[in-house]
Amino acid sequence: MRHEVVMPQMGESITEGTIIKWLKQVGDRVERDEPIFEISTDKVDAEIPAPQAGILLEVLAGENQTVPVNAVVAYIGDEAPVAAPAAAQAAAPAPSNGAASAATRIDEADVEDAAEPPDALGIRSSPLVRRMAREHGVDLRQIPGTGIGGRITKRDFLAFLEQRQPAPVAMPAAAPVAMPAAAPSAVIEAATLPGDDVEVVPMTAMRKKIADRMVFSKHTSPHVTSVFEVDLTRIHRLRERNKRDFEAQHGVKLTFLPFIIKGVTDTLQAWPVLNASIEGDNIMYKKRCHIGIAVALDWGLIVPVIRHAEEKNLIGLARSISDLANRARAKQLKPEEVTGGTFTITNYGSFGSLIGTPIINQPQVAILGVGAIVKRPVVTDDDAIAVRHMSYLSLTFDHRLIDGAVADQFMSQLKQTLEAFQATELR
Amino acid sequence: MALTTYLEAIRQALFEEMRRDPTVFCLGEDIGAYGGAFKVTAGLLDEFGPERVIDTPISEAAIVGAACGAAHLGLRPVAEMQFIDFISCAFDMLTNYAATSRYRQGLAVPLVVRGPSGAGVRGGPFHSLNPEAFFMNTPGLKMVEPATAYDAKGLLKAAIRDDDPVLYFEHKYLYRRVKEDLPETDYIVPIGQAALRRAGTDVSIITFGAMVHVALEAAETLAREDDIQAEVLDMRSLLPYDREAIARTVRKTNKVIILHEATRTGGIGGEFAAFIAEELFEHLDGPIARVASIDTPTPYSPPLEDFFLPNAEKVMAAARKLVEY
Repeated sequence: MRHEVVMPQMGESITEGTIIKWLKQVGDRVERDEPIFEISTDKVDAEIPAPQAGILLEVLAGENQTVPVNAVVAYIGDEAPVAAPAAAQAAAPAPSNGAASAATRIDEADVEDAAEPPDALGIRSSPLVRRMAREHGVDLRQIPGTGIGGRITKRDFLAFLEQRQPAPVAMPAAAPVAMPAAAPSAVIEAATLPGDDVEVVPMTAMRKKIADRMVFSKHTSPHVTSVFEVDLTRIHRLRERNKRDFEAQHGVKLTFLPFIIKGVTDTLQAWPVLNASIEGDNIMYKKRCHIGIAVALDWGLIVPVIRHAEEKNLIGLARSISDLANRARAKQLKPEEVTGGTFTITNYGSFGSLIGTPIINQPQVAILGVGAIVKRPVVTDDDAIAVRHMSYLSLTFDHRLIDGAVADQFMSQLKQTLEAFQATELR
Repeated sequence: MALTTYLEAIRQALFEEMRRDPTVFCLGEDIGAYGGAFKVTAGLLDEFGPERVIDTPISEAAIVGAACGAAHLGLRPVAEMQFIDFISCAFDMLTNYAATSRYRQGLAVPLVVRGPSGAGVRGGPFHSLNPEAFFMNTPGLKMVEPATAYDAKGLLKAAIRDDDPVLYFEHKYLYRRVKEDLPETDYIVPIGQAALRRAGTDVSIITFGAMVHVALEAAETLAREDDIQAEVLDMRSLLPYDREAIARTVRKTNKVIILHEATRTGGIGGEFAAFIAEELFEHLDGPIARVASIDTPTPYSPPLEDFFLPNAEKVMAAARKLVEY
C-alpha cells in the first residue's frame, strides 16, 4: 500500500512551496507526524510531518524544487522499498500482469500532471470576467468564485475590485502576482475639462518618463522610510576649515555631498543588501557602488551616476559631482551616465526640506534623502546644551528585500561614520 | 378615454392609412362582407367599397402574386392571410419573387402581408404557427411583430408606408387581451427599433410578440421572489433587427435569455445568439440561454399545448440558473 505525501497548503492564498531539505531518505522508517521534510513558502517556512507511518518509498521532488500545493512529493509505504525504481512503480496496484506496463505509464503521467503549475485556463470564469481581469491587471487566481462549480462571476470580480480599490497593493496574503504599472489608470477618470480656467499643456518626454517611473516604483516595491538625526558638526568644521584651499587646489567646491557619499559607500560595504536588486526570485548583489545623485533641473529631474564611487576619495567624489551636475544642466550627459546606478542619494535639503520620503529609483532597493543641515540646540552626552549642525537623513527601502532592522543598522552605522569623519579623508 | 385593443389598433391603422392614401387597398379571404375571421377588417368594405376591399379565392399564392403585380403598378396592397400558417402556400411568391424583385429588375414591392400568428388559443397545428424563422434567411423582406396595441398600430402604418415587402405578424392571443390608451394623432413605430419594456441589472430577456408579456410576468415574479432584476427587450422588428439595442442590454447585464414562442431548433433565437457570441463575447458572464417551444408541431390537446409553450415558470427557471451560473 502506497500513501501519497503532498505539498501542504500553508495558508489559503499559497499556491506553491519549495522543498528546502529532506529530513528522511528513501528507505528510512518514519512515524506518523514525524517531520520528514522542510518547506519554504511565501508565508512561512515549516517542517512537514508524515501523514502516515511506514517506509519512505520514493521521493518525487528534490531539494530546492518548487511544486504546487497538493502535488505529490513522496510516497510512504508499508513494505520495504525495492532497489530499482521500475520495481517500485510495479508495486502500484495493477489489475493484471498484462496491464502492468500500462499502469506504470499512467502512474507517471499522473505525477507529471501533478507537477504542472496551476493553469490560468483551468480557472472557471467567463469571457466577461477574463476581459475585466485583463483590463484591471488582476490575476484570477486571487479571486474566490461563488458561481456553480466555483466559477468566478462578474459579481465576484466586482466584489474583489471594490475590496482592492482603496489599497491596490496592500494585500499581504496575496500570492506573488505581477501588478502591471498601468493597473490603476483604468479606474481613474479624467475629471478636469479644458476651459477658460485651465491651460492644457502636453507633458514633456522627461515628465512622462518621471511620471511612469514614479508610479512603477510605487507599484513594484513596498516603500518604507526610516529617519535618523545625524550630527554633521564635525563635517561642517572640516569643510569650513578646508573649503578655500580645496577649491583653489582642485578647482571644485567642497560641499557636504561628497562627505555623505563617502559615508554611504563605506557603509554599503558592510550592508551589501542595500546595494542590490531583485530579479525574478533572485537577489542580485552588486559588487560595485554606482551612486546616483538626484539633480534638480529647471525642467525636471535627472539622476546621473557616479561610477565606482567606492574607489573614489573626497576629491574624486567632489569632482564627479561637479562634473555630472554641470553637464546635466547643460544637457550633455551620455545615456550610460544616467543608468546602472546601484544606490541613489537625493539632497532635497539644499532647498530647505527637513525630512523627505523619497521614492526608490528602480531596480535599486534603497534611496537616501538628505535633509537641510541646520543649527539646533542639542543635549550633549554630558547633559550640556550645545549648538550643533544637525540633519535628518531618510532612508527609503524596499521591504520585499530589506527588513527594518537591517535598514536601521545600516543607518546607525552611517550615522556613526558621518559623525566620526576623519580629517585624513581630505588628503 | 376608452382603451383600444390590439385588434382594434390594427383596424384603426387600416382605416387611417386607406383614408390617407388612395393607393392603399386590402385583399384576402372573407375580409370584405364577413369582416375577416377575427373581424380585423370589419367595416372596411362599407367605407371603401369592393374595389379597395377585395375578397379573394382561397389561394395564398394568388393573393400575394396579385398584390405584387398591383404594387409594381403603384398601389400599396395589404394582403391578409386568414391564419399566418397558410403563408407557407405563398412562400414562393414571397421569397423568390417579392423579396428579389427590387434586386432583379429595380421594381419596388410596397406590399404588406399580415395575418394572425401564434398559439395559446387551442388552435392546433394548422392555426398556431410562428413562421418568422421561415423568412429570417430571406434578404429583401422585412418582418415585424408587435406586442402592444400602440406598436400594432404604429408598426402597421410604418409597414404600409414602407417601399419594401413587409411581413406583419399579429399575435392572435393578444387581439383582445392587451389594450391601451392610444394617441389620437397620427404616429408610426419605425421598423428596426426595439423597445426596452423593463429595465434590470441581472439578466436580459430578449423577446417579441406575445412572449413580451410572459417575460414581464416572469420579471415581476423574479423581482418579488428572488430579488433578480430582469431586463425585458421587445425586439418588435425581426428583420432588420436592432443590434444596438441587443448590445446595450448585453453590455449592461452580461447574461442573456432569448425567448420566443416558435419552436427552439432553427428558431430566430439562434440568429440573436450568434450575433451576441460574435460581437459581444467578452461581455458574457454566462452561456446564452434560449427558452422556446418544444420541437414538435403545436399540440391540439390543451394540457399538451400548455406543456409545449414557453411560460413564466420556464423563463424564471432559466433566469435563476443563469444568475447562479
